Amino acid sequence: MPKGNSKDKSYKPILPGTSDWPVVQLSKNRKQFIAKVIEESLVKIKDANPGRQELREELESTLYQEKLRIKQNPWRVDPQDDYKFWEQVKNSLVELATEHEAREKEEDILRKVVSRYAHEIAGNFKKTRYQLTREMVKFGFARLLNATRVKRFGAFFRNEYTLRDKIQITGKAKQLRRLARKGTVVMVPTHFSNLDSILIGWIIHVLGLPAFIYGAGLNLFNIKIFAYFMNSLGAYKVDRRKKNFIYLETLKSYSNLAIQEGAHSLFFPGGTRSRSGEIESSLKLGLLGTAMEAQRSIYMKYPNGEGKKIFIVPVTINYNFVLEAPSLIHEHLERQGAEKYYVESDEYSTSYNMIKFLIKFFTKGSDISVSIGRGMDLLGNYVDDEGNSIDRHGRFINTRDYFTSNGLINADKQREEEYTRRLSQIIVKEYHKINRVFASHLVAFTAFKMWRKQYNKLDLYDFLRLPDEDMVINYDEFKTQFKKARKQVFKLKKQNKVNVAAHLKGSIDDVIRLGIDNVGMYHSKRPLLTDKAGNIITKDLNTLYYYHNRMNGYDLEKYI
Amino acid sequence: MTSKSTSKKPVGVIGAGSFGSAIANILAEKSEVLLYARDSNTVKKIAENKENRGHKLHTNVTPTGDLSYLANSCDVIFPIVPSSAFRSMMQQLSPYLHPYHILIHGTKGLDISLPPGETIDSAPFLTRENIRTMSEVIMDESVVIRVGCLAGPNLAKEMAANHPAATVVASHYKEVIREGEKLLRNDRFQVYGNSDLIGIELAGVLKNIIAIASGALSGLGLGENAKGLLISRGMVEMIHLGKAMGGDVEAFVGLAGIGDLVTTCNSTLSRNFTVGHRLAKGETLDEILADMEEVAEGVNTVRIAKKFIDTAKLRAPITEALHEVLFEGLTVDKALQLLMRYPYNVDIDFL
Repeated sequence: MPKGNSKDKSYKPILPGTSDWPVVQLSKNRKQFIAKVIEESLVKIKDANPGRQELREELESTLYQEKLRIKQNPWRVDPQDDYKFWEQVKNSLVELATEHEAREKEEDILRKVVSRYAHEIAGNFKKTRYQLTREMVKFGFARLLNATRVKRFGAFFRNEYTLRDKIQITGKAKQLRRLARKGTVVMVPTHFSNLDSILIGWIIHVLGLPAFIYGAGLNLFNIKIFAYFMNSLGAYKVDRRKKNFIYLETLKSYSNLAIQEGAHSLFFPGGTRSRSGEIESSLKLGLLGTAMEAQRSIYMKYPNGEGKKIFIVPVTINYNFVLEAPSLIHEHLERQGAEKYYVESDEYSTSYNMIKFLIKFFTKGSDISVSIGRGMDLLGNYVDDEGNSIDRHGRFINTRDYFTSNGLINADKQREEEYTRRLSQIIVKEYHKINRVFASHLVAFTAFKMWRKQYNKLDLYDFLRLPDEDMVINYDEFKTQFKKARKQVFKLKKQNKVNVAAHLKGSIDDVIRLGIDNVGMYHSKRPLLTDKAGNIITKDLNTLYYYHNRMNGYDLEKYI
Repeated sequence: MTSKSTSKKPVGVIGAGSFGSAIANILAEKSEVLLYARDSNTVKKIAENKENRGHKLHTNVTPTGDLSYLANSCDVIFPIVPSSAFRSMMQQLSPYLHPYHILIHGTKGLDISLPPGETIDSAPFLTRENIRTMSEVIMDESVVIRVGCLAGPNLAKEMAANHPAATVVASHYKEVIREGEKLLRNDRFQVYGNSDLIGIELAGVLKNIIAIASGALSGLGLGENAKGLLISRGMVEMIHLGKAMGGDVEAFVGLAGIGDLVTTCNSTLSRNFTVGHRLAKGETLDEILADMEEVAEGVNTVRIAKKFIDTAKLRAPITEALHEVLFEGLTVDKALQLLMRYPYNVDIDFL
């Protein structure tokens, strides 16, 4: 496994010209594709609502929810005619009020709604814009890096440092490239920060892969600079405010058909950024289910086996610092126990803040690492470099057989839901395996657990309210505990249950130093510091809790 | 469309014990059945006489000693072998299995999976991960994930005699339940579906503990009050343990739980009941096991459950008392005194 030296490698694009990219094909035929999405969604929605009144009820509840959304939670990106459109829907439904047999008219209204959704969701990939953005990002980042690091006249135009110095790519990069040639890749990364989408976009480019399509939160389009990036990558829009069945079905049809067309896709299966700082422990099954459905449809369409195979590739992104940590953990603590409605707050709410962060990020030395997991088929079986599924005993498996019943491939919704649930559990396990432990994660974990143990009679909320001044750990005591935790991490690494960053192996004092210096380094209130006497202190227990959560799920607390 | 194509393929049954044979007979009313027996003499005998263990086998039942032939011929297979032989059977079968296979097992026992070199006696503790239900063994050892189980009051001897009965087919997959229903259901055999696979497996497994206890009570010549006490407290204990091992309460109050418990606790036809009965009459476990024709799963289950109770720091008085009787030389009389002194106070605390 490459250890941080991935920057020496350079990857050639796996497809020579961008015009061969599936996503380019998709945008070329955008109109037909959207039409297909609309038809597919209509069939599904109608099938799910066969009863006499059902379709009307579905439309009415959608109308109600949409009007509520427009009133209570409007966004800058919302189209001007939003209100008008739903007024029209309302009027059409009112007209039907006296009619009992109006299925046809209801279906007409449905078509209008679905078509509006499909157009809203559909991405607008522009090849030229993609290339331009790519160059801009590369150029801009490189200038920033060199200007600030090499303090010499003319350094601004040098190329000594590149993004590759800041961001390490480890794991199965080569296999990912091969799989992208063999079949269709669905990448499923962990999600901690809004930066993730840009980062992954860049990784995909560095690895020489064609652009992926991915569902980006519509809220990100509120911010102009993000909107530009997103539109130029293969992003399609996901509006998390819309939870009605019609919208969700349209969204799923879009993803399903795009995967069937061979467009590599990216989901953040956790749904939103991890609020607690923990690695995702349960995943949203909706979009993941579309990959399952797409695979089965491909097998049905190509009974002779020439259809493309879909590969799931889990990815973890490891940060020392997550800009949004203080507000994420705040939301997490507030919401725990009840999934309340909340209005999302974004640190990157303006382009200015975003740029300020980027400058901070590039001028100070905080590294990011991206671990690429081994590819799997849709049932969670590992695949080899040729894309063959392999079972635990090293025997080949024909993935097609999972969708076969009595010798025929058939659609079975309940079966596929169960498969999707199973897949999600396997992905979560895989995240924990490929997660790369940084010194900063482990110092945060150790310190938090030590303090927590001191006050174990208090519940979590009372504990977090303790004054920061009371929190001091003697350095030597800390060192002893940290050593134990690190030893256990290495043991887990040997058992292949986690991965570790190379810097974790240094002398214990160095590693602790590095960890404390890096954990949440740009927060105005640092989660961990050392005082003059060398003891460990905190300025913000909440964010410390956040960074500590990253190491949950490994049973390390037993050793501290 | 499905029913047409299955009727062409035979259904497989692995294990020609009395329950395996009884299931093969029920399946044979609708389909061709391939019945696997490990012992070549048994295969020969069945082929010649259409008879096994004194019971007639349906003409549609064909015996075989070849697992690869069975796996290649059948899409749906019912493995019904004792839990102690289940994993090794799966290891032999596994190379011939594909993801299109459906496996519905009928084994009410547990397997343990420990690090190499450890045994149940030497291991310091036994966590849930170390305990494997049969469906988990199937998925550990093969690529098959469409797995189900049979549970419920299915006394093999009564089934062989064609008395009315019912079974639960449990699986996470509706198609497995549908398939099980289609293959098994007839005028004298009712089939219910349940989606809590683990819960249903555990209900069938843990019931055997109480069945031994019930046999012991009857061996002491005690009456119906005592039995009522045992069944209801036994139920509470099953649910307590079952929940700790990942089953839902609902599984235990249905056919596979209460239904099976009441049947087994009243029946001298049950092997586990017989073990308890003979223990109470003063025989030792070794003597009893030496002349039993087929495995009483409950004995092994008590051993596993006891270790799990100790590890998880739970209390399960009936299981603990039985463990002392079976493996630590306590007499049934003493165990009963111990139980009667146990400070129960709440009747029901699981609903």
